[in-house]
Amino acid sequence: MILGVLDFQTLTDAVGLGAIYALMAVGIGLVFGVLRLVNFAYGQLVMAGAYTLAYTSAWPLAASILACFGVVVGLALAMETAVFRPLRGQSPAVMLVTTFAISFLLQAIALILDLRNGQLGEVAASLTTLAQPISIAGAQVREITLVELGVAIGALLLLALLLLRTTIGLHTRAAASDFRTARLLGVRANRVIPASVALSGLIAAAVAVMMTVQAPLVTPDFALRETIVVLVGVVVGGIDRLWTATLGGFAIGFVSGLINGLLPTDKTVYLPSAVFALVILVLLLRPEGLFAWGRRAAVPDRV
Amino acid sequence: MAEPAVELESVEVRYGAVAAVRGLSLRVGEGEIVGLIGPNGAGKSTTLNAIMGVVHPHAGDIRLRGSSIRKRSPESIARRGLALVPEGRRIFAEFTVEENLRLGLASGRKRNGGNPLDRAYELFPVLRDFRRRPAGALSGGQQQQLAIGRALVSEPEVLLLDEPSLGLAPLAVESVFEALRGIREHGVTILLVEQRALHAVALADRTHVLVGGELRLTLNRTDAGDTDKIVSAYLSS
Repeated sequence: MILGVLDFQTLTDAVGLGAIYALMAVGIGLVFGVLRLVNFAYGQLVMAGAYTLAYTSAWPLAASILACFGVVVGLALAMETAVFRPLRGQSPAVMLVTTFAISFLLQAIALILDLRNGQLGEVAASLTTLAQPISIAGAQVREITLVELGVAIGALLLLALLLLRTTIGLHTRAAASDFRTARLLGVRANRVIPASVALSGLIAAAVAVMMTVQAPLVTPDFALRETIVVLVGVVVGGIDRLWTATLGGFAIGFVSGLINGLLPTDKTVYLPSAVFALVILVLLLRPEGLFAWGRRAAVPDRV
Repeated sequence: MAEPAVELESVEVRYGAVAAVRGLSLRVGEGEIVGLIGPNGAGKSTTLNAIMGVVHPHAGDIRLRGSSIRKRSPESIARRGLALVPEGRRIFAEFTVEENLRLGLASGRKRNGGNPLDRAYELFPVLRDFRRRPAGALSGGQQQQLAIGRALVSEPEVLLLDEPSLGLAPLAVESVFEALRGIREHGVTILLVEQRALHAVALADRTHVLVGGELRLTLNRTDAGDTDKIVSAYLSS
């Protein structure tokens, strides 16, 4: 019955949103893996990327996108050096509250920069060409939706290859699984952590490009709501595994897209209530994470 | 006299107000096996953790071949040629056996050609047979072999072992001690923490008894038959 209501356009939009959220979930999950830190300020990396795109929109498109990647990765590494590294080993609560502080600080800085011209919001004009719709099987699909899918799948495959096939990937997985033992074996904390943070920055920059195409008006709260939704998705999926976190991110994006498509236009105000009611239900039924099946118990310290 | 491979001088480790190790001094000479036994909570694991840089001593010094490693990080100590087989094995259950062994190469110490994992495979052929399996699927004894193999592929100068026989069936215990004898023949220096006091005393060149964070007694291999002496050392706490 539901499938009858769903059209191709709603489905592609839902998959597109799921893909963006999955990427953000990977970015958050990577850093959580090696630092046990939930980076609430992840959305502000995306926001910084979006502002970079807006302020460089007079540049050639490639240069503007390159600048976005540079700024976001630089900011991510600066966060790691200035804040995460000194706090390493502190309690999760301390680290979470600190990332709240970074998040608000960056939003405040963005507001000051933004208001220099007397009006709130900057437009990233150069990217809007990507938002043109094209027609596939009679449905209007925006080009960016296809780009989103391509980038998300490509990024996830590359990441999987990196983690499963390279030495730094093996070290990163070991650090994410049991950092203390990994260090005892000679895995260098000061190498795998910045590598993961830089990777999560690269992903944030890609997300910034895609979100800016969809919503070219950049304001200090850009990507804030999405970050909260993705964090919820990551917890729902299971935060202590990268792949369950990613699936959680995809699921919450996909479901949000579906519900949004199913609700009549004048009722979309109910979207957050519907999504979060579903989240509470899932957490009640599967508190260990929606995708955390088949989990093998950790090797016990003592038998 | 040559510098000892590892030397602890008046080491003190505290957890908050509690001193876990007090004024501990000991030397492990090149190619020696030194045992460290004692009741639960005696400070044995803490001593190994202090040597590996997991905890930093509040006083005293720890030297590797004469140079202090007291304030170094675990990864830098691993790179200098110390390897720990931790209590509870701490293998990566979801990784394959081969991936676990490759993690032993993380210390990046230079080695002499050939497949660096062969060292582990020669000592424990079962690991080669099971190299593609998840490590969590191995038996307890095989997991212990994996943990020892993982430490050995880094070609350490000094091997620290924290209760390698813990939780193993008697046959598996014998095979672990047999492996340690084989490792000694390769010239690796060993510091062994063990609950099985008689096994440790029989294997080691000398065995220190640690009680309440302090060194109480030193036993020689000839004391292995003297159960009374070992028991009274334990009870002296």
